[in-house]
Amino acid sequence: MDVTLFLLQTLNGIQHGLLLFLVASGLTIIFGIMGVINLAHGSFYMIGAYLALSLTQWTGSLFGAVLLGIPIAILLGLAIERLFIVHLYDRDHLQQVLLTFGLILIFNELQSIVWGDDPHSVPKPAMLAGSVPVTETLSYSTYRLFLSVVCLVVAGCLYLVIHRTRLGMRMRAGAYNAEMVRSLGIDTRRLFAVVFAIGVSLTALAGIIAAPDRSLYPGIGEQVLIISFVVVVIGGIGSVKGAFVGAILIGLADVYGQAYLHDFRGFASAAVYALMAAVLLWRPTGLFGRR
Amino acid sequence: MAVPYHRTTITRRQTLRLAAAGALGSVLPTRIAFGQTAKVRIGILLPYSGTYARLGNAITNAMELKFAELGGKLGGRDIELIKVDSEAAPPKATELTTKLINQEKVDILVGPVHSGVAMAMAKIAREEGTLTIVPNAGADQITGPLCAPNLFRTSFTNWQPGHPMGKVLLDEGKKNVVTCFWNYGAGQQSAEGFKDGFVPHGGTIVKEIGVPFPQVEFQAALTEIAALKPDAVYTFFAGGGAVKFVKDWHAAGLSGIELVGAGFLTEGVTEAQGEAAEGLRTTLHYADALDNPANLKFREAYLAKFGKEADVYAVQGYDAAELIHVGLEAVQGDTSAKADIIKAMEGAEFDSPRGPFKLSKAHNPVQNIYLRRVEKGVNTVIATAYEGLSDPAKGCKLL
Repeated sequence: MDVTLFLLQTLNGIQHGLLLFLVASGLTIIFGIMGVINLAHGSFYMIGAYLALSLTQWTGSLFGAVLLGIPIAILLGLAIERLFIVHLYDRDHLQQVLLTFGLILIFNELQSIVWGDDPHSVPKPAMLAGSVPVTETLSYSTYRLFLSVVCLVVAGCLYLVIHRTRLGMRMRAGAYNAEMVRSLGIDTRRLFAVVFAIGVSLTALAGIIAAPDRSLYPGIGEQVLIISFVVVVIGGIGSVKGAFVGAILIGLADVYGQAYLHDFRGFASAAVYALMAAVLLWRPTGLFGRR
Repeated sequence: MAVPYHRTTITRRQTLRLAAAGALGSVLPTRIAFGQTAKVRIGILLPYSGTYARLGNAITNAMELKFAELGGKLGGRDIELIKVDSEAAPPKATELTTKLINQEKVDILVGPVHSGVAMAMAKIAREEGTLTIVPNAGADQITGPLCAPNLFRTSFTNWQPGHPMGKVLLDEGKKNVVTCFWNYGAGQQSAEGFKDGFVPHGGTIVKEIGVPFPQVEFQAALTEIAALKPDAVYTFFAGGGAVKFVKDWHAAGLSGIELVGAGFLTEGVTEAQGEAAEGLRTTLHYADALDNPANLKFREAYLAKFGKEADVYAVQGYDAAELIHVGLEAVQGDTSAKADIIKAMEGAEFDSPRGPFKLSKAHNPVQNIYLRRVEKGVNTVIATAYEGLSDPAKGCKLL
């Protein structure tokens, strides 16, 4: 085995994992901490990506798209929470699945009506559009490296907010025992609305800043949905640290699977799920899950 | 995940009218072949939602354009299109196909885009004997082991588009090639087609890299390609995946390695790929810039009617409609004369926007494959890479 190649593939795996963490971060909050099974997670990502397309055209820069896109996502999150999700906190998980699945259908149709079915791409910001040479034949996209840094920053912030602030403490407490939190004088209705909106805007942010690295086409939301659930479940529900470690492990498993297992047709794509099965057999509540 | 919306065009009123006409017909002794006055029912099973929605729409648009050009009639009968969203979902294909054949009683079936759907559809069409035209799905099996007298295709086999690329590369002394493709039926068969035209003439496949479908994380593959340093890489990617692959390739540098592929790599996606697509060479049975009268006329009419540029999928739909036209014209619209329709369709020869169109014994197009290069976002034609290429149709009993 070529050592340089192995190291490069490891680097690829970590980069891929960081991106997965970013994409799954909103789900870590909504599903992991609030306990709402949100199948529409992919739709929020898709909305973010398409917002990046429109807002970049309109404002002329990706940073403009981020600045405008986040408030839009927060409003969207608040509206959806108030109109739909609020009725579901005390209900069965199956009803959450049904409702959020319905949202997927609606958002996909809206996407098709508003943006059409052609593939699109979002231009990278000029200062990040280049590449950095790694070996004599291979370069890394500067934007991808930038994305990795953003993912690390988001991971750090998320950890601090959830584990080191009052809001984070209330979020965790609210998810654990809402009634108790309410009796201590905290407005859980407002708390949950805020938490849901944060989850939606994080997901949309992931969509916006991942957009220039990816391409936009109908169905991108569903592509990230399943892998996001895998990240949260492997990491352990409710744990940001777990989601982070889970995402990196999945990124590595996926890249190693592709790099070293493609002689076994079909197994490369199964590597991620094999990893998930192994982790869950070993620790049924995930790597960092509450027991 | 897509919305199943069934755009059926029969209303209760029409059913009543038909029933009334039928009752009347049985009373009147001078009825002239009642069947001829009813509409020709064409069932269309294509994706109208999800990733492949634009392909489904392009095919449908072009069929409607052709039928409009024919004055809305086939062999003297009006046309009724019954459109069903396939959602490009193989698990639903059996049910939807059966519904079109048994409940909607369609005379002719057109579809689908997705090869997985096509496999299910072809099996039912073979059992039921319904005249079926595949306007896209390239699965080799459909005009191979699954071929049947009532099963036609106006698109391509996955084997076809990449086959001549091997020769192109060898002529330039590019002998070491890596193939990199989405690891599912279409990608594997496309890579196989390339290999069949490359290895026997002295080329070497250094490595075959299958990327899990429909994943778009290509960094692992690109890193490996950079380490292998082949002369060229033959690829099969399409749609959003093709956009990302080409952009990632561009960002990865990879100097001295040429990226080539089946034409889907740059088909309908060059705008999204931007400058990353400039100069890429691919082979396909069509190019927007093909300079023949049929293509110029078709593209102009399509643009005028739908406000969009036509693409290869539209051409395949256009030709599917023309093939139906040829078949029904030969029997003056008598859809019960199936054997005669099949005979007429087998003998069909016409000028398609892609160039001369005719069918092989396995009912797949025998067609020119063009070598194209992207210039300012347009797939221009450099040469005809292979004139009249026919698929080997391995395992077809019609041969």
